[in-house]
Amino acid sequence: MTLDDLDRAILAALQRDATQTAAALGGRIGLSQPATWRRIKRLREAGVLAGQRLALDAEKLGFGVTVFLGVKLATKGRVSLEDFERAVVAIPEVQLVEHVLGLYDYRLRVVARDLADFERVLRRRVMTLPGVGDVEANVLLSEERRPGPI
Amino acid sequence: MLDDLDRRLLRQLQADPSLTAAELGARAGVPPLKASRRLGRLQELGILQGQHAVIDWRALGYAVAVSLRVTLDKAEPRAFDTFLAAARKLTHVTEIQTFLGRVDVRLNVIARDMAHYQQIYREEILQLPHMADLEALMTVATLHTDESLPL
Repeated sequence: MTLDDLDRAILAALQRDATQTAAALGGRIGLSQPATWRRIKRLREAGVLAGQRLALDAEKLGFGVTVFLGVKLATKGRVSLEDFERAVVAIPEVQLVEHVLGLYDYRLRVVARDLADFERVLRRRVMTLPGVGDVEANVLLSEERRPGPI
Repeated sequence: MLDDLDRRLLRQLQADPSLTAAELGARAGVPPLKASRRLGRLQELGILQGQHAVIDWRALGYAVAVSLRVTLDKAEPRAFDTFLAAARKLTHVTEIQTFLGRVDVRLNVIARDMAHYQQIYREEILQLPHMADLEALMTVATLHTDESLPL
């Protein structure tokens, strides 16, 4: 799908705040409510607007630690990939699982209450995954999401 | 600070952020007014910070996603700040994270195809200041992305 400047303005605005109404958003970019709504609908149907993400203060909710893990499988083959994938997505503390090419086979994002809790997740849940080999952990210090090429 | 109801509401809202206060209340088993009051309080407390639209870059023709893992030159005292300021200016960088560990910074970079990635890599990424080491992980598939917290 190709975007024009108004589509880009709509995407940028919704990235900042997805709760605003089509009327309020349209008002700011000089578009009527129905025209704004039609564009939002089109962006949704094209799969460009893929949903909404809730921004929560994880620390205030008791999740003080986020760790990114690089995981290498010890044994490879179709069966071991499937076993690993099925088991890893079922761990509640695992927020993201990416199959990657490079130094590691998978990239995981894990949340925990504190470092002791992270150690428990790592030992009991991650290190016991079928086929798991080398694991590298990096503790998240800060994070920012950028608007990207729109 | 939070009770069961707060957690229930947040769990439901995480599962579907498009829910209205009335729908949310119905799912959590409380009247709409009570649900919206609680959400208001969670906002005041800074726990509920907002909602952001998620863009599927693939639908816009960005087929390539790469995790660039950067180690910075620690001999340079301003390395972090200078590097981050420069990385923020690159439009194809969609995420910037800093870490404690073997990797200092991770950049998520998107590109239309491999040729486009190569161009971004050479003309923009390699120009970033104070890099001591750089590793790339190319995303093959995202199997699970649910950044909700296990409340």
